[in-house]
Amino acid sequence: MDELDRVVREGWGRLLAQLLSQFRRLDLVEDALGDAVEAASRTWPTDGAPDNPAGWLMTAARRRVLDRLRTEEVARRKAPLLTIDAARQERGTSTMADPGSLVEDDLLRLVLMCTHPALAPEAASALALRLVLGVPTPDIARLFLVNESTMAARITRAKKRIVGAGIPFGVPDASVLPHRLDTVAHTAYLAFTAGYSPGSGPDLLRADLAGEAIRLTRTVLRLRPDEPVLVALLALMLLQHSRRDARVTHGRLVLLADQDRRRWHSEDIDEATRLLAYPALLEPITAQAAAYVLQARIAAEHALASTPDQTRWDRIVGLYDVLLGLATTPAARLARAVAVAEHRGPAAGLAALEGVEIPASHRPAAVRAELLARAGDLDAARAAYDQAIAACANDVERAHLQTRLDELGS
Amino acid sequence: MKYLVLLMGDGELKPWTHHTAEEQGELMSRFGAFDAACRAREGVEILSGEALGGPEDSTTVRTRGGQVQLTDGPFAEAVEGLGGFYLVEAPDLDVLLDLLKVLPPYDMQVSPVIDPYADAG
Repeated sequence: MDELDRVVREGWGRLLAQLLSQFRRLDLVEDALGDAVEAASRTWPTDGAPDNPAGWLMTAARRRVLDRLRTEEVARRKAPLLTIDAARQERGTSTMADPGSLVEDDLLRLVLMCTHPALAPEAASALALRLVLGVPTPDIARLFLVNESTMAARITRAKKRIVGAGIPFGVPDASVLPHRLDTVAHTAYLAFTAGYSPGSGPDLLRADLAGEAIRLTRTVLRLRPDEPVLVALLALMLLQHSRRDARVTHGRLVLLADQDRRRWHSEDIDEATRLLAYPALLEPITAQAAAYVLQARIAAEHALASTPDQTRWDRIVGLYDVLLGLATTPAARLARAVAVAEHRGPAAGLAALEGVEIPASHRPAAVRAELLARAGDLDAARAAYDQAIAACANDVERAHLQTRLDELGS
Repeated sequence: MKYLVLLMGDGELKPWTHHTAEEQGELMSRFGAFDAACRAREGVEILSGEALGGPEDSTTVRTRGGQVQLTDGPFAEAVEGLGGFYLVEAPDLDVLLDLLKVLPPYDMQVSPVIDPYADAG
């Protein structure tokens, strides 16, 4: 990675936040920073990178914003009817400014603006990757499995909505901040799961892009150290991410039990284990933070078993019971049924699966098929596999289900 | 920014007429509290705010083929009667949303008023 790539990757959000803090013009500052990066890509290779690359980009971007503002000012002077409003506009700008000049605060403001609950979650998720991390729009499109122009339009609409609806570039007071950080976490997790559970198409795993959601979480956690919802989410993501290289071989999905555990990233598992021991998680925390903690502890049970046989399914069932006590979701009930089957056999698993339905998902049928097969009811298993295959939109997962069906014979 | 706040529906509240006089008094006091909260907040001002007559007294005006057609009733039959509105000046959406928590928990629509002189973005 060359110097410019490095500075853009590490500094994009900070630079953008500083520009926004100074000019309050989302429409201008992102273009200006983009132009500055483009100018750097032309001059740095020949002139050499400057001593302070981030400062160079900041100066270049600031100059471009000022150019634009000057052009607007000229246009405004040519329209005398509008001059009255210049004073009004200045007043409007001053009411938006809030005290606090720390650059770190600016970055938190940017994060909170991108993830505002008045934005649709998917739009907020894409916007945070774009504005806070500078992830290129085509990559974000690939992560969310939409085409590039759709994603570009989604991001543009979200930016317009921020300006149009009056979503502030600010930090709310302490009574509201924890809920807003819940939304930040939810937004980051949405981007992460988009990389791991694709709905359709041949591309099973986009782990690199899911890794950007981890980077987003780390970025916010540095601004709010020990924030329970962020600590718990980072642990959960790292545990899931640790299995990225073992989940697919030769384009085929490998189930947890069949994965080569030596290919799990132990540094991720170690970090997650340390995070789960944070004292902050023992304080009263929001329901969402608690749900992430429980999911992470479940993932940790898997990660710490050196062979599938050593998995403590009894503990996993217990953790799912607590999780379902917080919020009953079909996905959690499905996962609990799988754990129950491992712990007490397929008949108990099938009983736990009773009534679990997830609209437009092949997963409940796929699990039922697997448990019926284990219970020896092959006719019913074949029927359930047929049902799952018909409902499955992902090429790799469908191939996996077909293989399982074929193995049952006829 | 200027916002129009439309009090669209009762949400989880009982209809106004189903409340006892005491409950109605409690709800009314929250409108008073909203007024006070807005006055106390810097950069916030209620420019206008009224309660509206019921759907039975609304008139819908449509011009079709150059002819004005009047229909009794509100514009969208499916929507509950619009109960009232505020026109509020506020620095941003969050300040306004924070203040609206003082009102009874009606279903609301918050729309920014277009400022024709605002910056293009």
